[in-house]
Amino acid sequence: MAKKSLLRRAGVLAATLATSLLVSAQAAEPIKIGSFLSVTGPASFLGDPELKTLEMYVEKINEEGGVLGRPLELIHYDDVGNASNARNFAGRLIRSDRVDIIVGGSTTGATMAAVPLVEQARIPFISLAGAVTIVDPVKEWVFKVPQSDRMAAERILWDMRRRGFDKIGLISGTGGFGASGRQQTLAVASEYGIEVVADETYGPSDSDMTAQLTNIRNTDGVDAILNFGFGQGPAIVTKNYAALDINLPFYQSHGVASDAFLDLAGDAAEGLRLPASPILIPSSLPDDDPQREVVQSYAQEYRDHWGTRVSTFGGYAYDGLMLAVQAIEAAGTTDKAAVRDELENILGYVGVTGIFNMAPDDHNGLTPESFRILEVKDGDWMLVE
Amino acid sequence: MFSEFLQYLFTGITIGATYALVALGFTIIYNASHVINFAQGEFLMIGGMGTVAFMGLGIPMFFAIILAVLLACLVGIALQRLAIAPAKNADVVTLIIITIGASIFIRGIAQVVWGKDYHVVPPFSGDEPIRLGGAVLNSQSLWVLGIGAVLVIALILFFTRTLIGRAILGTSMNKLAAQLVGVKTQMVLMLAFGLSALLGSVAGVTVAPITFTAYDIGILLALKGFVAAAMGGLGSGLGAVVGGILLGVVEAMTAGYISSEYKDAVAFSMILLVLFFMPRGLFGGRTVERV
Amino acid sequence: MFDRFLEWRMNYVLVLAIIVFVIPLLMENPFYFDLATQILIIAATVVGLNLLVGYAGQISLGHAGFYGMGAYFSAVATSAYNWPPLLALIVAAAVVGLVAWVVGRPILKLKGHYLSMATLAVGFIIAIIINNESQLTGGPDGMVVPPFSLFGWELSTFGLYSLLGLEIPGHVAWYLVAGVLLLVAVIIAQNLIDSPLGRALRSIHGSEIAARTVGVDTARYKSMVFVISAVYASIMGSVFAHFTGFITPAIAGFDYSIVLITMVVLGGMASPMGVILGAVVLKLLPQFLAGFQEYETAIFGFILMATMIFMPKGFYPTAMNAIRNKLGKSSGGKA
Repeated sequence: MAKKSLLRRAGVLAATLATSLLVSAQAAEPIKIGSFLSVTGPASFLGDPELKTLEMYVEKINEEGGVLGRPLELIHYDDVGNASNARNFAGRLIRSDRVDIIVGGSTTGATMAAVPLVEQARIPFISLAGAVTIVDPVKEWVFKVPQSDRMAAERILWDMRRRGFDKIGLISGTGGFGASGRQQTLAVASEYGIEVVADETYGPSDSDMTAQLTNIRNTDGVDAILNFGFGQGPAIVTKNYAALDINLPFYQSHGVASDAFLDLAGDAAEGLRLPASPILIPSSLPDDDPQREVVQSYAQEYRDHWGTRVSTFGGYAYDGLMLAVQAIEAAGTTDKAAVRDELENILGYVGVTGIFNMAPDDHNGLTPESFRILEVKDGDWMLVE
Repeated sequence: MFSEFLQYLFTGITIGATYALVALGFTIIYNASHVINFAQGEFLMIGGMGTVAFMGLGIPMFFAIILAVLLACLVGIALQRLAIAPAKNADVVTLIIITIGASIFIRGIAQVVWGKDYHVVPPFSGDEPIRLGGAVLNSQSLWVLGIGAVLVIALILFFTRTLIGRAILGTSMNKLAAQLVGVKTQMVLMLAFGLSALLGSVAGVTVAPITFTAYDIGILLALKGFVAAAMGGLGSGLGAVVGGILLGVVEAMTAGYISSEYKDAVAFSMILLVLFFMPRGLFGGRTVERV
Repeated sequence: MFDRFLEWRMNYVLVLAIIVFVIPLLMENPFYFDLATQILIIAATVVGLNLLVGYAGQISLGHAGFYGMGAYFSAVATSAYNWPPLLALIVAAAVVGLVAWVVGRPILKLKGHYLSMATLAVGFIIAIIINNESQLTGGPDGMVVPPFSLFGWELSTFGLYSLLGLEIPGHVAWYLVAGVLLLVAVIIAQNLIDSPLGRALRSIHGSEIAARTVGVDTARYKSMVFVISAVYASIMGSVFAHFTGFITPAIAGFDYSIVLITMVVLGGMASPMGVILGAVVLKLLPQFLAGFQEYETAIFGFILMATMIFMPKGFYPTAMNAIRNKLGKSSGGKA
C-alpha cells in the first residue's frame, strides 16, 4: 500500500517537473513595470491621464511583441495624492510585487516619500513630478521626466526679460507645486534682472483671489503678473484678473498647460502666456521640428483611444515609459543596475516633453528651452517661441 | 484706499454668503435632530455637478438646476432614512462618523458617475462685472446674495408661520413630547434633511459659476460652514448667517491687509476668540443641561 | 483559572503582547513589517486619544495637529540643528504638552460641538503654520527626517543588527521597538484609567455637572487628560517621523484627525484593545480596497457608514458582547 502511494507521488512529482519545465520554456516571464500615481484626489488631473497613458502604451507595446521578447506587465496603485500612501505603495511594489522598474510619483511629495525606499532597494525609478529637488542633488536611482519648476521659472523670466519687464508681481498657490514654483522664481529672478515686488498666495480650495490681485495691481511699478499653481486655482485667478480689468501681461506656469484650463478660464485667458510642452500645439509644429512626429502620433493615439483630449501630464508618463523601455532594450536585461546605467546613457531621445540627454550628473536630461512659449489666442494655444 | 477696502468687502461678502447658506443647512438639521451633518457640503456638490451633468444631457439650464436640486433632496432624505435613523440613540461621535462616512460615500459615487474633472457652470446673467466705487463685483455674486436672502426669509417664514416648520422646531426641543402631541417625528426628520439638501444644492449651483464645480468641492465648504455655524451659535439661523458672512469678510480682509498665506489661520483664531468669550457662539441660546 | 484570567484587568495586555511578538515569526516580507510598524505606531497614538474621547468624552477633531507638531519638531531639530533624536523627542513632547495645556484650559470649557469646533480650529492653525513656514519645514512637499539614533547607534529600517547572536534586519528591529512602545502606551493608559484620574474622567463623561457637584475638579482633570493625550500623539509623531524618514504637512491635517477619531470610534471607545483593532482595520482597509480602483472611495465610505450604524459601540465591544453572550449561554447562564 505504502509503495503504491510512494510511486504515485513520485509520478506526480515527475509530471509536475516536466510540465513546469515545458511551461517556462514557452511562456516568457513578463517585465513588471510598477507605478504609484495620484489617480484620484487633489492631484487627479496629473495621475488620471498618466495612468491612461501607461495602460494604453503597455498594451500597444505588448501587441507589437513586447520588450526583449517579453510582455510588459503594469502593476499600479492609487496614492490619492497622499505621500504616506505613496510610500506604502512604493514599498509594496518593490518588496511584494517585485517590479523591475518604477515609473510613477505624480506629485513631488509622493516621489520624495518613496525615494529612500528606492535608493535602498536599488531599483531604477523614473518620477513624473516636477520639483527640482527630485534630481538636485542627483540621486543614483532616481530619474525625472518633467522639466523642473526652476526651468519653468527660468523660461518665463527669459521671456519677460525679452519683453522688457523689470518688476513683476507673483501670485502662487500654497500647495506643493505653487509653493516650490514660487521659491524657484524668487531664487532665480535676479539672474534675469527682474525684481519680484509683490508676492501673494492663495489656498488650494480658495474661490476668490480678487483681494490678492488687487494688492498686486496697487504695487508700484509692476510690469507683469506671474501665477504659479495648478488645478482650478489658476483658472479662478485668471477670471478674477479679467474681471478686475488688469491690463498687465499675464503669465501662467506649465501647471495649467492643458485644454481643461482653457475650458475653465474661458475668455479671461485671452492673451496670457505660459511655458508648455509641444503636446498642446501638435499641428503648429514646423515640419523640421524633431518632436513633431512623436507629439502628433501620441496626441492622435490618445485621443482615439480614450476620446478625451491629450494632456501634458499624460505626456510625462509616455516619456517615462518609453525611456524605461529604451533603457531595458539597451541593457538587454532587466537587471536593475544595468538598466540604471543605460538610463544615464540616453542621449538625444526624442520624447513628447522634450529631447532627453541624460548624464551621471543630470537625471532629468532637459533644458529650459524644451519649454515652448505659448500664448492663448481666440480660445486656443498659439506657438510663440 | 477706499476702493481696495470695498473690493475686499465685496469678495468677503460673496464668499461669506456661501458659507452662510452652508451654515444654515447645518442649522436646520441640527435644530431638528442635534446631529452635525458632515455630508452637508455634498449637497452643494450635487447641486453644481448635477446641473452640469443634466445640462450635458441636453436639458436646458433652468430645468437642469431643478432636477439637480431634486436629486439633492432625494439624497438628503435617503441619508436620514438609511443612515441616521437606523443609528437611533448612538453616541454623538458615532453620528459624526456616520455622516463623515456618508460624505465619503457620496463623493465616491460622484467620482465614478461624474468623473474627477472641474467643470464650468454658466453664470445666470452673463459675465460682465459690475463696477461700484472703484471696486469690481461679479454679477453672479449678486445672485448669491439675492438668492441667499430669499432663502433665509423663506426659512424664517417657514419655521415661524407654517405648521410643518413649527413641528420641526418642536421635534428638536423635545422629541418625545412632539411625538405625544401627534407629530410624526420620522417624517419631520426626513423633511429637515430634505430641506437642508434643498438649501445646500441651491447654494451650490448659485455659487458654481464663480468657483467651478467638481466632485470634491464639498469638503472644505462643509468645514467652513460648520465653523460659521458654530461661531454664530448652533441652532440659530441668524447666527448661521452672521457667522458665515463674518467668516468670509474676515478671510478677505486678512488676505488683503495682512497676509494671504495666513488668512485661514487668522479666521480660525478669530473663531477661537469668539468661542472663548461667548462659549455658545454669538447667538447661541442658553440651554439647560439636565443632570 | 480562565475566569480569573477574564477578570484580570490587564488580561488583554498579555494577549496583545503575545500577538505582537508572535506575528514576526509568521511574516517575512519587509513590506508587511513596514505596514505593521505603522499600525503599531498609530495604535499607540489612538490609545492616547482614546483617553480623551472614549473615557472623558471630549471630542477632538484636531488631534493630528499635536501628532504633526511632535513629528515636525523632531524632524527640524534633528536635521537643521543636529539635536540628538531622543532629546528632540522629549523636548517636543514637553513643548506640545505645554501648548496643549495653554490651549486646553479655555477650550475645554466649551461643550459638545463647540468643543469639536475649537479643536478643529487648533488643528487647522497648526497645520497651516507647518505648511507655510517652508524655510523650516520644507513646506507642502515635505521634508526628510534623519533616522533615529541613540549615542551613535542608528536605528534604521535598512540596517542590520545583531542581538544575542541573532541577525535582525532593520525592519524587524523597528517593528519590535514599535511593539514595545505600544505595550508601554497601553500599560500606562490602563494604569491611568484605574487611577483617581480615570475615575474622575468617567464621572465627567457620565455627567459633568453631577461630577462637579460632588466635588470633582472637572476643569483640572479634563486639562490633564487633554495634555496626556497630546503628549502621546507628540511622542508617536516623533517616532513616526524617524521611522518613515519623510513627512509632509498632511500628517497634521484635518483628514488625518478624522482618521484618528474614526479609529477610536470604529474600534470601540473606552476600550484600548478596541481602538488598536480600529487602527488595524483602518490602516489595512485601503490596502485591500486597492484592487477596486475607482470604487475604492465609495466602498470605503459605505463600510464606514454600515459599521457605525450596525455596530455603534465599535467592533471590539460588539464582538466581546457577542462572545460573552455565547459563553454565558453555553455555561448554563452563569451570573
